[in-house]
Parts: sequence; C-alpha cells; structure tokens
Amino acid sequence: MNDLAITVRNLSKVYVLGAVSHDTLRDQIAHRWKSFFRKVRLHDSSGGSFHALKNVSFDVREGEVLGIIGHNGAGKSTLLKIMSRITEPSAGEVDIYGRVTSLLEVGTGFHAELTGRENIYLNAAMLGMPKREIDRRLEQIIEFSGTRRFIDTPVKRFSSGMYVRLAFSVAAHLDPQILIVDEVLSVGDGAFQKKCLGKMDEVRRDGRTVILVSHDLPVVANLCQRAILLRQGEVVGDGPPQQVIEDYMSEAFNSNGSISLAERKDRFTQGELMVSKITFHNDKRDPIQYAVSGQDLVIRVQYQSHVQKVFRDMRVVVVVNRDERTSLILSTDLVDRKPLDLEGSGYVDFHVPHLPLCGGRYFLHVAIEDDALARDWVQHAAELQVLDGDYYGTGRMYPHDGWRGKGMFVNHSWTIERIT
Amino acid sequence: MHESRGMNLSHLPTVETVKSVREPKVRIRPSQGLFHLDLSTLWQYRELLVFLVWRDIRVRYKQAIIGAGWAVFQPLVAMLLFTAIFSYIAKLPSDGVPYPLFAYAGLLPWNFIAQATSRSGTSLVGESHLISKVYFPRLIIPAAAAATPAVDLLFALIMIIPLMVWYGVTPGWQLLFFPVFVLIALLAALAVSLWFSALHVKFRDVGHIIPFFVQFWMFASPVVYPISLIPDRWRGLYSLNPVVGVVEGFRWTLLGQPAPALSTMIPSLSIVLALFVSGVIFFKHMERTFADVI
Repeated sequence: MNDLAITVRNLSKVYVLGAVSHDTLRDQIAHRWKSFFRKVRLHDSSGGSFHALKNVSFDVREGEVLGIIGHNGAGKSTLLKIMSRITEPSAGEVDIYGRVTSLLEVGTGFHAELTGRENIYLNAAMLGMPKREIDRRLEQIIEFSGTRRFIDTPVKRFSSGMYVRLAFSVAAHLDPQILIVDEVLSVGDGAFQKKCLGKMDEVRRDGRTVILVSHDLPVVANLCQRAILLRQGEVVGDGPPQQVIEDYMSEAFNSNGSISLAERKDRFTQGELMVSKITFHNDKRDPIQYAVSGQDLVIRVQYQSHVQKVFRDMRVVVVVNRDERTSLILSTDLVDRKPLDLEGSGYVDFHVPHLPLCGGRYFLHVAIEDDALARDWVQHAAELQVLDGDYYGTGRMYPHDGWRGKGMFVNHSWTIERIT
Repeated sequence: MHESRGMNLSHLPTVETVKSVREPKVRIRPSQGLFHLDLSTLWQYRELLVFLVWRDIRVRYKQAIIGAGWAVFQPLVAMLLFTAIFSYIAKLPSDGVPYPLFAYAGLLPWNFIAQATSRSGTSLVGESHLISKVYFPRLIIPAAAAATPAVDLLFALIMIIPLMVWYGVTPGWQLLFFPVFVLIALLAALAVSLWFSALHVKFRDVGHIIPFFVQFWMFASPVVYPISLIPDRWRGLYSLNPVVGVVEGFRWTLLGQPAPALSTMIPSLSIVLALFVSGVIFFKHMERTFADVI
C-alpha cells in the first residue's frame, strides 16, 4: 500500500445565497445599521444557503489516478477549488502530502501584449515554479510547444492553436508530485486533447498522483484507477471507474432534474409528431448506458404523435457528431429504404453494426421528416458515450492509450508491390 | 505521438518525496481567528511579485512611441501648469524655493501615491481571472500594482537634476534619507490600497470612490502649497494625512529645506504605519472569501 498523498475529511462548503452578489455599500450599511439596533443576525441568509459540498471524505494514495465525476452543480468544481486553495472550506480539512500543482485552465495569467517567452515566465511563476527552474526548462518548453519561430512575438498575434500549445507546454513542464486537473484541459482541438491525455498518462506512469475532474467518461474509464461520483455535494460512489460510471449513467438517465426529450422546447417542430425519447441498446436489444467501439449499437428513436393521423412516408434522420463542424455518422434511407408510416407512438431502431467510433463523448441529433418538411428536429437530443473497444477483433485495444484521439475506425488492408 | 514521447519526464530530476516525515505540505482548514499572516508563503512567491511588476511595466510602455518618456513628461507638464496657476495667478508662496522646483518635488511623491492608489485599489477586481483560477497569496496583487509606479517615480526623479542645476539648488546630507521616504510613500499607498482593494471585491462602489478620493486627497496635501499656509491650530489634524509626512520628507531630503517639524512628521508617519498594519489584517481577513465573492 502506498503512502497517502491526499486526505480529505468531512469537507463542507456552504455558500450563503445573496451574499454572493455584489452588494452595494448602501445595502450593507443599511443592514449593519439595522442589525445594530434590532439585533438582526448580521449574516442573515435571507436568500438561504447552498451546500456545495457536504461531509466529503476520501483518501488518495501516492501514484493513484482518481477521476471525479458528477453532474453540473454536483460540487466537482468546488472540491477542486478547495484542494487548489482558491477558496476555503466551511468545515473539514484537506491534507496534501507533496508538491501540488493544480491546473484549472491552461495559460492562466497570459497577457496578450507580452511575447511568448515573457508569458512562459509569467505563467510558470504563477503556477509556483521558481525562476531558475524556468530558466532551466525554457528551451524544453519552447521546443515542446512548437512555437519557436514566434516566441518573441506578442501572443496576441498567435493563432488560438499556438496559444493553447504554448500554454499547455508550460503546464506540461511543471513536474509536480500531485497534479489536480480540471476538464477544461480537454477542450481544444483533437491534437491538443491527445497531447493532454498523453501527458497525463506519463504523469501516471511516473507514479505521480493525479486527480482529474471530467465529463468525458471514457477518459475517466481509461485513465483512472478509481473514480468518485458526486451528487449534490456528497460522495455517492467510490470505486473502480467502470462501476462508478455505470452508476453515474443510470443516474443520468433516471434523473428527474433534466428535462426529458419529449418536453424540450428547443426544437424545430410542427408540433404534431415528435421524438419523445432516445435510448441505446446492444445487439440483443438490452438497454446500455454506453456504447463500445467495435460492438453493435442500436439507437432507438421513440416517437409520439399528438394528432389522430397517419404520417406516411416518413424518414428518421440520425446524426452523430463530436463538434459542430463534422458529422461522423449520418443516416440515409438510400441503403435500406423502409416506408415508415408512423401513427400514435412507437419507436424506430437505427442499427450500426460494428460501431466505428473511437472512445469519447458524442452528440446525437435526430429529425423526423418527409420530402416536404421536417416534422420534428432536435439538436443535441442525446449524448452518446463510447468506450474504447477492440474494433479490429485482434484481442488488443487499438488505439492504445497515448493515441486516444477522436476519429473513426475503418476496415483496411495492405498490399505490397515491389518496383524493380 | 512523437510529441508526447518528447515530454517524457524521466530525464528530469525526481523530486524527493517526503516519505519519512509524514507532515502534510499543504494543510487546508477553514481559517480561524482574525487572520493568519503566513509570511513564509508570501516569501515563497516573492518572484511572482517581481514578475507582476515587470509585466505591468512592459505592458504599459509597449506600443507607446515615447515609452517611459511619459513618466517624465506628465509631472513636467503638471509642474508648468501648477506654476502658471498657483504661483503666477494665485501667488501661492513656496517657502523660499523656486516654485517650479517646489511643485516638482511635491509632485514626485504625490503622483506616485495617486497612481499607486488608483491602480492598486482596483487591482484585485482587475485580476479576478487569476483569483478564481490559481492560488498564490493575494497580497501580491495590490503590492505589485502599488510598486509599479515606483518605476515612473525613478524616471521622473532624473528630471529633477537639471531643474536643481538650473535653479542652483544643491541637496545636503539629508539626501541619504531620500530612499527612506520613497519607502514610506510606497507604504502609504499600499496601506490605503489594501483597504480599498479588499473592499472593492465586495463593493464595486469603491471603484467609483477612488478617483474622487484621490482628487480630494491632493488638495488635502501640501503639493501645490506649503504646509506653512495651514494655521497652527489645524496643523495637528492636517498632519494625520499620511501624504503630508511623505511630501515634507521629499522636499527636505531633495531640496535641502529646513527639517520638517516633528509635530508634523510623527502623526503623519504613525498613521501610515497604523493604516498599513490594519490594512494587512483587514486584507488577510477578507482574503478567504475573495474567490467566492469576486
């Protein structure tokens, strides 16, 4: 058993609502005046209070990679901010054994007017690196960022890609014993994400401790040895990532908090025939919480008609993408034309044999249309989590860890010809 | 792929882990008591202070044609203006020193304090993105903002040499004490700014108050007029202005004027100290909630 790297004990954080807003001096003076005379409680929480964290306790051992997952508002960021000493806990304690670096964003403190080189110093100093250390690593940082040609140019003239590369390069050379990372690191283009993940993998292999907060469940599943699930400020799951993720996913699907697809208003619709629910299934039609690369996936689109009418010759359109620019899967009725006459309620299954998507988080957009018009069209109708799997059936995971980029699998073959 | 191979950390020296002594390096607790000064952390981050000052200076004079020349130009123009208005028109006395020189020696510390207070007093809100994203002792932010105009002071100081030569004024042994008064000026500005900046996080009103306050403050200080103009019975109260001691000190050390009365210097310098100490306590006390409130 390794030594402890972090202990968190009964950590709580309470925000007094109302007190968070920028009170004006006048309100405050008036309030104090009143409280002076009428014995009103000074910290009168008229807006109520909000427990961002409630009695959170856990240990992290040296060399462990811990993922923290949970919905927005579950307390992930608050926990991260307390462990990074940005904000104070209301109760409880955290002990950190070792040199810690927390990255809540890359390029904190970058100044647009300063050159790349100057920003390296500023950013690194802010993250706690001593100057002689920065001097020593400057060359490596510049080299790694691949911005050497522009290193003495103000970063305001950098492309956003260069900017992020430089910022990440500084972060990558911090050399902490304990790394606390927010998921903001996993935004950016594919190449950058790949770099981030590759870097974290190395930190892990070096036996350092990593705490990672992420929405990207496949990343947590692949990178972490353990995951913690937060719900409304409490730890409700702690264990192997696969298991915790399943808990989280079932929570995500059963949660009453999120608006069901049928009730969503952000859709383009005629109001008569609507997509009411989307579920995912495996080849045996069992419901699944996430898909696996290389396995069969069934996307079930449930519909509901609000009028007594048969909608003839409909098409269901399913689009899967990862960003706004490129669709990765686009359904068509050219290959498997079935006349869809929809009536009442029911569902249409969309089969994808041998799912060619790499591990990651994808978005699903669906429409029901006919030749004349779109009856109902919902963007971001569902989220599809894909775990890396053995697409090629070789018994090995491909791509391996460092290459967990975005993309698709294609079946391919090689031929060799020799030119004499 | 090649890139990620390139960042293998194994060639870097490994950090010695504290395995034998299981003392946590960082202890996070809800703070208790009025405040916790934690000078060691402050010392640890001293380089960041230097970097922030350096950043502000770099940024301020970038893409400006005369760059640091502005630091000289501004007090020089103010001096000419004041000479015209307060000396020629209002016929204010200047205690035997040529008025332009008298005004310039007063403007040096005043401009510094005014600038330092305006910048430092709003500095926390200006750096709110740092406060919510990265940890370091917050005291560094107003301290850096207050120290930055010291560089302007240095440039403006060079200009006083030709002025003194022109008017035939030679400084005496008192010049040795000049750095002390620069330090007191810095302390005075920081003292006021600690209060302002910490309050500004919660009350944005402070941002509106500061410019107005600075304007008022100048006329409450012996910048354009000599302290001898203040009636004796008001002198004690007047000397509670921290700038009074600083301005008097500048004129004494630079222009070789008679030493300022202790009855002026003691209250003025004590108030600097009192404001500074209370400012640090107040700031450290408020610091805990900065990230939540800002």
